[in-house]
Amino acid sequence: MKKAIVSIAFGLTASLLVAGSASAQATLASVKQKGYLTCGSNTGLAGFGLPDAQGNWTGLDVEFCRAMSAAIFDDPTKIRFIPLAAKDRFTALQSGEVDVLARNSTVTMSRDTQLGLDFPAINYFDGQGFMVRKKLGVSSAKELNGASICTQQGTTTELNLADYFRANNMKYEVVAFATSDETFKAYDAGRCDAFTTDASGLYAERLRASNPDDHIVLPEIISKEPLAVAVRHGDNQWGDIVRWTHNAMLNAEELGVTKANVDQMKGSDNPEIKRLLGSEGKFGEAVGLTNDWAYRIIKHVGNYGESFERNVGEGSKLKIKRGLNAQWTKGGLQYGIPIR
Amino acid sequence: MNTAVDMSRFVRSENIEALPPPNLARGPVAWVRENLFSGPVNTLLTLAVIYLLYILIPPIVDFLFVNAVWTGTDRAACRAETAGHPVGACWAFVIEKINFFTYGSYPAAERWRVNIFFALLALGVGWLLWLKAPRRDLGAIYFFWLFPVLSYILLTGGNVSLGLGFWIKFAVASAVFLAVLAAAAYALKTSMRSAVLIGGGIVAVIGITLALVNVDWGLRPVPSAFWGGILVTLLVATVGIVFSLPFGILLALGRRSKLPILRLASVIFIEFVRGVPLITVLIMANTMLPLFLPADMTVDRLARPLIGVAFFASAYMAEVVRGGLQAMPKGQYEGAMSLGLNYPQMMVFIILPQALRIVIPGIVNTFIGLFKDTSLVSVVGIFDLVKTIEASRIDPNWAAPTISYTGYAFAALFYFIFCFGMSRYSLGVERRLATGQKR
Amino acid sequence: MQTAISQASPPKKSFLYDPRVRGIFYQVLLVCVVAYLFYMAASNAIENLRRAKIASGFGFLENTAGFDISQTLITFSAAGSTYGDAFVVGLLNTLLVSAIGIVFATLLGFTVGIARLSTNWMVAKVAMVYVELLRNIPLLLQLLFWYIAVLGPLPQPRDSYVMGAGFFLNSRGLFMPRPIYASDAWVIGAAFAIGVVGTIVFRRWAKKQQESTGRQYPVGLATIGLVLGLPIAAWLVLALANANPVSFDLPVKGTFNLRGGMQILPEFVALLVGLVTYTAAFIAEVVRAGILAVSKGQTEAAGSLGLKPGQTLRLVVIPQAMRVIIPPLTSQYLNLTKNSSLAVAIGYPDLVQVFMGTVLNQTGQAIEVVTITMGVYLTISLVTSFVMNIYNRRVAIVER
Repeated sequence: MKKAIVSIAFGLTASLLVAGSASAQATLASVKQKGYLTCGSNTGLAGFGLPDAQGNWTGLDVEFCRAMSAAIFDDPTKIRFIPLAAKDRFTALQSGEVDVLARNSTVTMSRDTQLGLDFPAINYFDGQGFMVRKKLGVSSAKELNGASICTQQGTTTELNLADYFRANNMKYEVVAFATSDETFKAYDAGRCDAFTTDASGLYAERLRASNPDDHIVLPEIISKEPLAVAVRHGDNQWGDIVRWTHNAMLNAEELGVTKANVDQMKGSDNPEIKRLLGSEGKFGEAVGLTNDWAYRIIKHVGNYGESFERNVGEGSKLKIKRGLNAQWTKGGLQYGIPIR
Repeated sequence: MNTAVDMSRFVRSENIEALPPPNLARGPVAWVRENLFSGPVNTLLTLAVIYLLYILIPPIVDFLFVNAVWTGTDRAACRAETAGHPVGACWAFVIEKINFFTYGSYPAAERWRVNIFFALLALGVGWLLWLKAPRRDLGAIYFFWLFPVLSYILLTGGNVSLGLGFWIKFAVASAVFLAVLAAAAYALKTSMRSAVLIGGGIVAVIGITLALVNVDWGLRPVPSAFWGGILVTLLVATVGIVFSLPFGILLALGRRSKLPILRLASVIFIEFVRGVPLITVLIMANTMLPLFLPADMTVDRLARPLIGVAFFASAYMAEVVRGGLQAMPKGQYEGAMSLGLNYPQMMVFIILPQALRIVIPGIVNTFIGLFKDTSLVSVVGIFDLVKTIEASRIDPNWAAPTISYTGYAFAALFYFIFCFGMSRYSLGVERRLATGQKR
Repeated sequence: MQTAISQASPPKKSFLYDPRVRGIFYQVLLVCVVAYLFYMAASNAIENLRRAKIASGFGFLENTAGFDISQTLITFSAAGSTYGDAFVVGLLNTLLVSAIGIVFATLLGFTVGIARLSTNWMVAKVAMVYVELLRNIPLLLQLLFWYIAVLGPLPQPRDSYVMGAGFFLNSRGLFMPRPIYASDAWVIGAAFAIGVVGTIVFRRWAKKQQESTGRQYPVGLATIGLVLGLPIAAWLVLALANANPVSFDLPVKGTFNLRGGMQILPEFVALLVGLVTYTAAFIAEVVRAGILAVSKGQTEAAGSLGLKPGQTLRLVVIPQAMRVIIPPLTSQYLNLTKNSSLAVAIGYPDLVQVFMGTVLNQTGQAIEVVTITMGVYLTISLVTSFVMNIYNRRVAIVER
C-alpha cells in the first residue's frame, strides 16, 4: 500500500511539474513576462565576461546583453547571467535555459546549420594564436616544431592546432585540459612551451600569469574565429533584436553618438542620427520594441567603440588594438548596416 | 651469652623498605626498549622511521607555521624576493579569500541567510547523530522535511510564484488522488478513515511545502549561479544524505523483496550505479538530463549534479542498509508476522528501527565517502570549495609560488576535520553497539 | 490435528487479499511507472536530438578524429585515426594506469597494513597517521596536489636533470631509452615465457615432493634462475651469434624538448602516485582487518612449532587472512580503476578525459558516448565480481 501511495505521489508531482512548465512562446514575450533576460556568459574571461567577487559582471559580451536589456526594459540591469562552460553553452541555449548566448562563441557553418542556432551579430573578429615565454626566443609559430602545447579540449582550437601543425609538417605534443583555467595554469607552471586559444583570450589570460611580461603573443593567426552572439533558430523577431542591437551600437560609433552626448545628439538634424535615436520613423516598433530603443542602448551602455575601449581596448588591462574590429571606415570589418 | 648478643645483631627488628623493582621493567626506558628497540630488526625499523620523520616533519612545520605569512594584502607579502624571508604557507591569501571560499559569489548583503543555513544544518545533524537526544523522531521530520524546505527558501529566496492556474491544477489533482485512494480503500474493504488520513496527509505536506516556497518572504532572489564554496560543498553533501537515506532504504527493501521484478529492478539499479565512476554519473546528469526532459523544461545547473550525487549515494546506502536487514535474526521477522503485522508495519515498527541502528557506522562511513566525493562536482563546473580554490589560485594579485599549496592545505584541513570527526563518531557508535551486543 | 485444520474452512476472502495477487499488482504498477518514465525520456530525447540536429547512432566512431592525444599506446594521429581509435587509446590508458596502480597499491597497502600491527610502537603509529590522513582527504584534492608537487619543482627541458644512461627528468616528464627490437628478438620473449612456465611446473613438483618426502628444494633460487636467467642467456646467445637483438633509442635534446626515447608524462606520474597512496590506505585497513580475523591461537601454535615471526606471518597468518582479505581487496581494485577517471582533472588522457571529454564535445553525441563509457566500467565491474564469486566458492572453508 505504502509503495503504491509513494508511486502515485511521485507520478502526481512529475505530471504537475510538466504541466507547470508547458508554455512555449516567443522569446521577447517571455522575457518581458519574466521581467529579466537570461544571458549565457563565459565562466570567466577577462574583457569578455567576468564576474567579480560580488557577482558584478563586466566585459564586451556582458555589455552586449546589457544593451539588449536596455533596449527592452530601459534598464541595463534586468539580466541574469548564467556562466557556461564551452561544452555546455549550445545545449543551454537550445534547451531554453538562456535567452541569448553572448559567450565568445565562434560561428561556423555547421554550428549555424546543424545545431538549431542563429548567429545574428559578430561582435568580435578573432583568430587563434599562440603565446610563449619570452626567454624561449621564439618569434614565429613556424618555429614551434617539437613544442608541447597546452590547449582546451573539445574546442575548435584543438582541431585547428592539429590542422596547423599537420599543414606545416611540424611535430608537437598536445596537452589538453577540460577548462581554460586548468589549461592556463598548466602553461604557467611550465608544463608546456606554448599556450593556444583565440588571440583575444591570449591577451586576457596573459594578465593572469604570475608575471605577464614574461610572455609574448606570436604574430601568426592560424584560424578565422568570428565570435558571435547566438540565439535559437526560428525566432526571427528575437534574432532581429540581437542583429539590430549590434548595428545600432556600430552606427552610433560611426555617427559619433556616444553615451555622453546622446541627449545632445537627440536634437541633431542629421537624418541618420534621427532615425537611429527614434525621432524619425518607427523602426523600434517593427521589432517589438519602443522607437527609442537605440537611444536607450547608447544612453545606458554606449556605442560599440566605447564598449570595446572600456573592456578590451587601450582603456582596459588587455590593451588589444582595434585591428579587424575597427570601423570599416578605418580599415576594419565592423560595418554598421544602415537603419532606414 | 656473648654469642647470643652477637647473634641478635643480625636479626632485624623491623622490615626495611622494599627495593623498587628493577629500573628496566617499567617506566619510559623500559617501554622504549620493549616497544622500539626489542631486537636488531626493530631497532633498524625505529631508526628508519625516526629518519623519515626527521626528513618530513621539519619542512612541513616550517611550511605551515614557521615561515607562514599571516598578514598581507597581495602577492608581495608572499613572494620570497619581496618579503625578504623564505615564505611558507601564505595564510594571508586564505584569510583574504575566506568569504569567497565560504559563500562563493553569494551577495555580501545576503550572506546572513547562508549563516542561518549552516546553523540549521548543524542543529539537524547534531539532533540526529546524538543518540540520546530528545525526540529524535521530531529530529528526523525536521531534517528530512522542515530543514530542506527552510533551506530552499533561505538560499534561493523562495517566492517561486506558482500562479493561480497551478493551484487550481493542484487542487484538482489532489481531489482525484484522494478519490482514487478512497475507492481503493472501498474495494479493499480496509478502513476508509486511515486511507483518507494518509492521502490527506500526503496532499497536505506537499501543499504546505509548495505554499511555503510560494510565499514572498521579502527575500532577495539569489540564483544558484552565485552560490559557491563551502556552502555548495555542504549543500551537495546534505542533499546527498537527505535523499539517499530514504531512497536507499526503499532500494534495500526492494532488493530483499520476494517480488521478482521489484527485486530485479533494485538489483539492476544498485549494481549499475556501483559499477560506474561518480564522475561519469555527473557528466551524464550534466549532458543527458536536459535531453531527457521536454524541450521547454530546464533543470538548474546546480540541481543536475545534485540529482546525480543523490542517485549515486542511494545505491551505496542501499547496500549498507541491506547489510543491516540481513543481520536481523529471522525470529524478528517471524515474531512480527506472528503478531499479525503486515509488511509495512513489520518493516516500519520492528525491522527497520533495529536494522538501521546496527548500520549507523556503515551509514556514517558512506556519508564520509559521499562528503569526499562532493569535491567531484567541481569537475563539471560547480563552484564548490575545491573549485573556488582552483579559481582563486590563478588570481594574478596573489601569484606566488606557495599559493596553490596553501589553498590545497586549507581545503585538506577542512575535509579532514569533517571526515575524521565523522569516522571517530562512527567508531564510537560501533563500540557502543558492540558492548550492547555483548550483554 | 490435520482434520481439525481442514474443517475450519478459511473465511471467504476477496482475491485482493491474496498476497500473490497484490504482489503481481505492485509489480505491474512498477513496470508501468518505469516503462512510462523510459518512454517519456526516450521520446523527449528523440525530439530534442531532432530539434538540435544532433546525429545519432554509432557511425561517428568511424569519423576522423582531427585532434591529437599526448599519450597513446597505439599509433594515433589527428589525420588518420578515428573517434573509435581515440576510444581505444583512452581505454588502454585507463587500463595501463589501473594495472600499474594496482600492483603498487597492493605492495604499499600490505606494507602499511602489516606495519599498523607491528609491535614497534613508532612504526604502528606512523602507519596509523598515514592511513587516517590519506583516507580523510578527497582523492581529487590529493591528485591536484600531486600534480603541482610533481610539476612544480621540475626544471624546464633545457635544464633537464641528467640521470645518466639516457635518463632525463624535466617538467615534460621522465625520458628514458626506448628499446628497439630486431627481428629475432622474439626469442628473448619466448625464453621468458618458458622460464615462467618452467617455474610454475617446478614449484608444483617441489611442493608435491615436500608433501610426500619432506625434502625442501631451493624454489626461490630456481625461480630467479628461470625467469631472469633464461632471457639473459637467450640475449647473450643472440648477441654473440648475430647483431644486437635489442638496441636503444636514446632521447636527445631538441629545440624545445628531448626527442626520441620513451616519455613518461608528469600527468601519468601524478595520477599514479595519487591513486597508489590513496588506495593503499584503504588496502592497509583491509589487510589489518584480515590479519586480526585470524585467531591468536594460530600465531601461538606457529610459535610453539618453532616458526620465526616472519615465517609465521608468511606461512600461517597471511594464507588464512587472504580468505578475508580478497573480497574487499578486489573492491578496492575496482575503486582504483573507477577513481582513475579523476584523471580528467589533471589532463591525463584516460577514457573519461578523451572519450567523455573531447569526443563528446566534438561530436555532441552525448547519449552514445556516455553509454559506451559507462558500459566499459560496468563490464569491468561485472566481470571482476563474477570472477570473485568463483574464487569465493573455491576458497570457502570446507567444514570437516
